[in-house]
Amino acid sequence: MTGRLRIAVHKFASCDGCQIQFLNLEQDLLTLASRAEIAHFAEASSVMQPGPYDVSFVEGSISTSADLQRIQEIRAASRLLITIGACATAGGLQALRNWKNHDEFVRAIYARSEYIDSLARSTPVSEHVKVDAELWGCPIDQQQLKRVLSDVLARIAPRIPGESVCLECKRAGHVCVLVAGDVPCLGPVTRTGCGALCPRYERDCYGCFGPQEDGNTRALGRRFREMGLSDADIVRRLRFINGWAPAFRAGAQVWEK
Amino acid sequence: MNAVAWPPNPYLPQAAQVVERVEEGRDIFTLRLRLRDAEARAAYRFQPGQFNMLYLSGAGEVAISIVSDPDDPQLIDHTIRAAGRVTQGLQRLKAGDTLGLRGPFGRGWPVEAARGRSLLLITGGLGCAPTTSMIHYALQRRGLYGAITLCHGVKHPADLIYGERIQSWCAAPDTQVLLTADKGAPEWRGRVGQVTQTLEDVDPALFKGVAMMCGPEPMMRAVAENLLRRGMAPADIYLSMERNMHCAVGHCGHCMFGGKFICKDGPVFSYAEVRALLAVKGF
Amino acid sequence: MPVAGLLKRGQLDVLIQTLRARGYRVVGPRVKGGAIVYDEVSRADELPVGLVSVQQPGRYRLEDSANGRLFDYVHGPESLKRFLFAPQETLWTVAQNGEVSFKETLPEQRPLAVIGARACDLAGMEVQDRTFLKSQYNDFSDPYYATRRENLFIVAVNCTRSAATCFCASMNTGPRAREGYDIALTELEDSFLVEAGSAAGAAVLAELPLQPAREMETTQAAQAIEAAARSQTRRLDTTDIQALLFNNLEHPRWDDVAERCLSCANCTMVCPTCFCHRETDVASLDGKQSEHQRQWDSCFTLEHSYIHGAQIRPQIRQRYRQWLTHKLASWIEQFGVSGCVGCGRCITWCPTGIDLIEEVNAIRAQPEAKT
Repeated sequence: MTGRLRIAVHKFASCDGCQIQFLNLEQDLLTLASRAEIAHFAEASSVMQPGPYDVSFVEGSISTSADLQRIQEIRAASRLLITIGACATAGGLQALRNWKNHDEFVRAIYARSEYIDSLARSTPVSEHVKVDAELWGCPIDQQQLKRVLSDVLARIAPRIPGESVCLECKRAGHVCVLVAGDVPCLGPVTRTGCGALCPRYERDCYGCFGPQEDGNTRALGRRFREMGLSDADIVRRLRFINGWAPAFRAGAQVWEK
Repeated sequence: MNAVAWPPNPYLPQAAQVVERVEEGRDIFTLRLRLRDAEARAAYRFQPGQFNMLYLSGAGEVAISIVSDPDDPQLIDHTIRAAGRVTQGLQRLKAGDTLGLRGPFGRGWPVEAARGRSLLLITGGLGCAPTTSMIHYALQRRGLYGAITLCHGVKHPADLIYGERIQSWCAAPDTQVLLTADKGAPEWRGRVGQVTQTLEDVDPALFKGVAMMCGPEPMMRAVAENLLRRGMAPADIYLSMERNMHCAVGHCGHCMFGGKFICKDGPVFSYAEVRALLAVKGF
Repeated sequence: MPVAGLLKRGQLDVLIQTLRARGYRVVGPRVKGGAIVYDEVSRADELPVGLVSVQQPGRYRLEDSANGRLFDYVHGPESLKRFLFAPQETLWTVAQNGEVSFKETLPEQRPLAVIGARACDLAGMEVQDRTFLKSQYNDFSDPYYATRRENLFIVAVNCTRSAATCFCASMNTGPRAREGYDIALTELEDSFLVEAGSAAGAAVLAELPLQPAREMETTQAAQAIEAAARSQTRRLDTTDIQALLFNNLEHPRWDDVAERCLSCANCTMVCPTCFCHRETDVASLDGKQSEHQRQWDSCFTLEHSYIHGAQIRPQIRQRYRQWLTHKLASWIEQFGVSGCVGCGRCITWCPTGIDLIEEVNAIRAQPEAKT
């Protein structure tokens, strides 16, 4: 295993925001390009080379039958597969359809529904193929992306912390909006990585980095209930960008009538 | 910690060079290291059972026990299994490469308390590594210790490392090696079964000596309880424990085991010190 | 230490300016996000006036008492810890260009004065000294902590008001500051009773326009502190606490608390004594250098007990048990002192309001039969 790594960035059902985080690395992107071959990156270049790849970053959820096929091909062509963002890692916002009738949506929105090839569920990459590492976030955090890239370039397993946002808040000296303001913050059950962006501005975390490694969404739901949120409010809080992630899915289920 | 001259900053590694790299088995390798700085090299001493923190640039540090001869502290051997992100990185180092080293740390094997007594070493898998420096030490001072018996268990015969070393120990005076594998193989000459079963083959007089163990915690616990049934006292049974140390000097909290810091109060403990908590899951 | 005198409340600014003139960066209580935090103070009129904190399990509110007093707020989420044991810092850097070279990055020697530290904060600092400074408990000094410790000047405030979550009186750590301060203030009607706790403190006091304190004022101060102690309704019964907790490691209460615990780690972050930290590397993308950083860690994270691809404490009940048994029991074995100073921050700042005293009491009320 010598020579430059071949890196690919693939897109599935997504808004491209995580790829944009890649592009916005600016100077660092040039450093990356000097140490690795960026073989496939649709958002960045029209030159798209086939695999095999040393590392494939995958953005977007699996949402169509063509996606089902393509993710298998990418997996087969990649030594490491790393998902980037809430869509690829948890199914994304578009997974809200997983609780609804997909066919009704299609008929209600599109004049000619026969042209629409989408699956009834939007699902994370890990439901289909083995994933080596997952970068959470909507979008992913650039500092975290850089850390993962330097690990990948050093050919060591990326370290992606799974603890709660609260540690980041307290290290940074942000006052807890939940305790000091009765704001229904999801930080205690949400994964760190964003730099505690919302609490920094005295806003509640809405869970865009997905569930922390082993939090207690049920207990936080009870706390929200005490604060006056309705059952439906709690379900809406958890069933959002990462609603299909197992811990948030289970946490919302508790309050569903 | 014993009296070792150490820079005022206990967190700061020193550069060390890979002198030699030996493949021991699948994903198991030994790095022979030499401190770059002549003064540090001259001052470096370690006791059998102590460990170093090895640092791989950009990846981080990992605690690795010293497996070489304490009488030759200029060349420091570490046998490593590529199991985590840092050790996987260390696996790619070659002779001539440089890494960071801090140490030695911790309380090693009870070389003084064991004087004049027989030594029963019981190890599982890579657990044989931390006991090798003790064996070197005792063989260099053969008169100070009684009979030496090594009971070593592996999962598969192919997992056995240190073949040559073990051969040489078999030939040493008043020294016995009993090998066992969970599963047999055609060429395997040792026992087939758990390491506790090798105790059947041990001369009962040895249970009046000192036992030293290293291996997975459930194995060490099973062996220790077995030794107690054979009449050994908890204070005569020693075991080397392992946790994911970050600082190695009792500051970071990662290696806490009840009221003990494995990094500085251990890694070697008497069974009397740790028996109660070893029985509880989650400590 | 002898009482140095009285300082009019309106002249507190002289203390701040004296410290600044002596080269100290001065931090004191400021309001941020609905709580008191420590932040830069350049003038006394920047300090919050008349605020009290109303603290309950899982709840913190600042209210205006309109009494004009400066230090009735008791405390916020932060203690002295962050000024000594930094939440995140680079320990050393490594450069790799053929050779590998290490360079330590010690904090700069910059004097810092903290105004408003409470008895529990000082007690917490004394506890952390045992972890980070060379002593009978510890073979190595942490040079990062030690550098900041040497440069710290503490203006303590004796509490004349307790929050509902305070229990320092039962832990024998407050509400009067015992030691470790340079200057201690006790707030009276319109002045502060001022005491020096060190030579450096006495030197600063010598520059202040102090009036002699009469017996009336010293008595008033003592009574106010005593009243704050008496007003505490929470108390932790530490009788035989090591045996109590370690004989009850499989008590059903651990399952009960795990139902309520979020495993968010807030209790450990706000605790003035929790010292767990992790070391990680932040490497540059070009692979030529790396910063070896440390940051506050917590026994509530899974990574804390990671070893060989698994965790030793995968369940919340095991992690809560680890924290509580360490804080209240095994700390004594390690450092000859409880890890709890009775500040109550872990109770207030727990989002679900878990009260460690209640957890201990529940176990004490129905201990498991000893085997």
